[in-house]
Amino acid sequence: MARKLPAAEDQSRAPGFSRRNFLKTAGVGAAASTVVGVGGACTKEPTVIGPDATTLRLRVNGTTQTVTVEPRVTLLNALRNELDLTGAKEVCNRGACGGCTVLLDGDPIKACMMLAADAEGHEITTVEGLGSPDEMSPLQKAFVEADALQCGFCTPGFVVSGTALLAKNPDPTLDEIKDGLAGNLCRCGTYSRIFEAVQKTARRG
Amino acid sequence: MKKKRSGVLRPEGPDKLRGLARYVDDLPFPGGLHGATLRSTVPRGRIRAIRFDPDFPWDECVTATAADIPGQNCVALIEEDQPLLADGEVRHAMEPIVLVAHAERHRVYEALGHIHVEYEPLEPVLSMEDALEAKVPVRAPDNVIKRISIDKGDVDGALAGADVVVEGEYRVPHQEQAYIENQGMTARFEEDGTLLVEGSLQCPYYVQKALVRAFALPKEKVRVVQATTGGGFGGKEEYPSMVAGHAALLARKAGRPVKIVYDRTEDMVATTKRHPARVRHRTGLTREGKLVAQDIDVLMDGGAYATLSPVVLSRGALHATGPYECPNVRVRACMVATNTPPNGAFRGFGAPQTLFAAELHWERIAGALKKDALRLRRLNLVREGSETATGQVLHESVGARDVLEAVVRRGRYSEKKREYARWNRSRRHPSWRGIGVSVCHHGAGFTGSGEAFLASRVALALTRKGEIRVLTSSTEIGQGTIAAFTGLAARTLGVPEEWVTIERADTGLVPDSGPTVASRTCMIVGGLVERAAQRLRERILESTGRMPSTRAEMVREARRLCGREPALRVEEQYTHPPEIRWDEETYRGDAYPVYGYGATVVDLEVDRTTFEVRVRRLTTAVDVGRALSPRLVEGQVMGGVTQALGYALLENADYHDGVMQNPQLTNYLIPTALDTPPLDVMIVQRPYSRGPLGAKGVGELPMDIPAPAVAAAVHDATGLLLTELPILPERILEAFSSDPAHRQR
Repeated sequence: MARKLPAAEDQSRAPGFSRRNFLKTAGVGAAASTVVGVGGACTKEPTVIGPDATTLRLRVNGTTQTVTVEPRVTLLNALRNELDLTGAKEVCNRGACGGCTVLLDGDPIKACMMLAADAEGHEITTVEGLGSPDEMSPLQKAFVEADALQCGFCTPGFVVSGTALLAKNPDPTLDEIKDGLAGNLCRCGTYSRIFEAVQKTARRG
Repeated sequence: MKKKRSGVLRPEGPDKLRGLARYVDDLPFPGGLHGATLRSTVPRGRIRAIRFDPDFPWDECVTATAADIPGQNCVALIEEDQPLLADGEVRHAMEPIVLVAHAERHRVYEALGHIHVEYEPLEPVLSMEDALEAKVPVRAPDNVIKRISIDKGDVDGALAGADVVVEGEYRVPHQEQAYIENQGMTARFEEDGTLLVEGSLQCPYYVQKALVRAFALPKEKVRVVQATTGGGFGGKEEYPSMVAGHAALLARKAGRPVKIVYDRTEDMVATTKRHPARVRHRTGLTREGKLVAQDIDVLMDGGAYATLSPVVLSRGALHATGPYECPNVRVRACMVATNTPPNGAFRGFGAPQTLFAAELHWERIAGALKKDALRLRRLNLVREGSETATGQVLHESVGARDVLEAVVRRGRYSEKKREYARWNRSRRHPSWRGIGVSVCHHGAGFTGSGEAFLASRVALALTRKGEIRVLTSSTEIGQGTIAAFTGLAARTLGVPEEWVTIERADTGLVPDSGPTVASRTCMIVGGLVERAAQRLRERILESTGRMPSTRAEMVREARRLCGREPALRVEEQYTHPPEIRWDEETYRGDAYPVYGYGATVVDLEVDRTTFEVRVRRLTTAVDVGRALSPRLVEGQVMGGVTQALGYALLENADYHDGVMQNPQLTNYLIPTALDTPPLDVMIVQRPYSRGPLGAKGVGELPMDIPAPAVAAAVHDATGLLLTELPILPERILEAFSSDPAHRQR
């Protein structure tokens, strides 16, 4: 059944249209739809931020950091450009390669697919936060021993994904390792060595 | 004495693992602008006008066109046909026309949307066959970039007298290098007028050469520095000169540093790929299966400009016979120009294309002779004393038979062949299983007299602090240059590896060791490192009588040896062995100093319902002379065969109207962890007398081998000979549908 939809371009041509208005409208729309979607969240009034830079408090690698960014800025860009944590890489910018993997409350996420604003209130761990300043984490050490890296560009993403995998499943099978790392791409073809590094770390407990 | 850094193979490894290594986009960039490129939207046309939207705040931006280039508008490489920015005419879609820089990265992309180019479209040539016909001339005089002929014996006579003649045609597509780090470069002009560029690259002196020409600067005023580089595979051999030129042009105009980092789409849609090819074979044999004639026709698509295509074609032609001895050979190879983005270097450099055809052709021959393809190979493989198509006699280090027998044994080729024939007879199994084999050779180092022309240099410096610095322009791009050179220098000198450091590839600091390509780093440049280390060792021994065993002792001796100088420096330059002779005109002689050999057995299954191919195991053996570091060699082999599995089964660059339609990692699929089968790697040592400690090249060989073995295994499993890559499920379905004999399987 064809139904006439309100023409979006009519709205945009309306006098007084601005990005700010658009964001407000979009925000209301989003809030309305959450009534159907996730329960609980809908009771809160929608907060409108932007379009100008806004100050966010991010918990990164155990410390609270303040960044002032436009709301459109991704978590990846906030980490790289504002906090100079450049271990997570921008490669595809659409969640296809895993080069920007970081931990959000222990779960591996693609930092290019999340707005920095949405990361507020969560615990973020980047590759720089693994191990201690003086010592690499057991998995990082196992990467060295297995020679599980070549050019190294995808490596931080793999280390973070592997860390998350072992935290949830301390004794994974080879198939579980492959599944856990399936979202990370390596073109040098170090996969087999990475499997070896993860298995080694698991065996050591 | 040889104390090993505890378990650390790669000195640069820990920083990469901790996320501390700084690639070009990770470097601090205060006060710099972000650059971006406006590209052509038509495959061929005249530029009528370039319009900038008057409402856009252009005063916030810096823009540049061809008119701003101070020197020659070209990316100097082999020929000077490729402009840095299109001027008047575009010859492929995605050709750079206008550059823009802005302090904010997202704004620069916004600005691109406010520039409009008007074209007068011209009829393009988009396929190699159309280019060869030359009805539409797109490159004077006949759309041909390069032709190569190789002749040995009397092919026509031998074909006429052969017991059987077997013909076949094979096709391979574009392949994207897909290094994970996108192309990126920064440029700035220093106060004294020196142009300083730093970025992701394989060959600093190539970039310098291109910038000298485009900016009309003396060599000393162009300094090129390699940043930590996230993979290259050939894709960062020539294109970085383009990116560097663009960044430098904007920096010159802006009077500020400029950084250009491509996003993934731009990188995939605009930069070079592996050349697509069509290869035809006409092979004469005796009834027993002995080769009497090989008549081979190679056609490759160079794209719109020459880039490195003439040399790619050369390597393709020189590998077209496969590693077999045949008394009569004719190779006719042709590289045509089309109105598509230029193709260029990619691991293997022309050889994977022609070797796919040469190796898969054995399946056809085996069918015609009703003999096993493995036995036929054994009958014809090169051995020491064999003569190649160019008349080169293989004197030493010929491991072709060793690698084949090694994989046949370890991969249980014959047993599995029988076992899978039984398996495939049962309809209860959800899959067909198959096994395939291939053997390849790969010439190590530059083709022909290339190394003589390069005359590469390497220096070693003993500093007053007792440190040994290796100065070379060979770059670390993941393959382990730093580890290999550190080990080689330390071993030759007889000092701990901790005393050795590798200088960064910076044209201001290191001599020109030639490009980091062609499986030459270890064998050729490594050879120079070894010789320089021997000389330095002699100098130290002359003065001290023995090699210092503690660092304190070394520092003392170093101070004495250095005198007033900051360092004691020895330099070595490549000299071509006079007995290696090559005639570029006739294509006769020693095409390469030596060849590496490799063989693979592929064990796979094809799903009877979905036609998906799952590789169960890949068994590979390589003869790379003596392996300087078996761990690094094994890593190179794993990487190369994985890329080759992508080439064989997944990577499908989809071109329409001269543009790649799937320039994303979501739709151009490269192998993931889930696509990686168990990889069994064996190293067969057949030392090469001229290589450092007996080593030959490693890097490219593994890329050559698996694709034809995959196609052979699919043939074994399904009875279908798929002669075009990639072997996608839909291609198998198509082949089944068009082959009524197989519908019942």
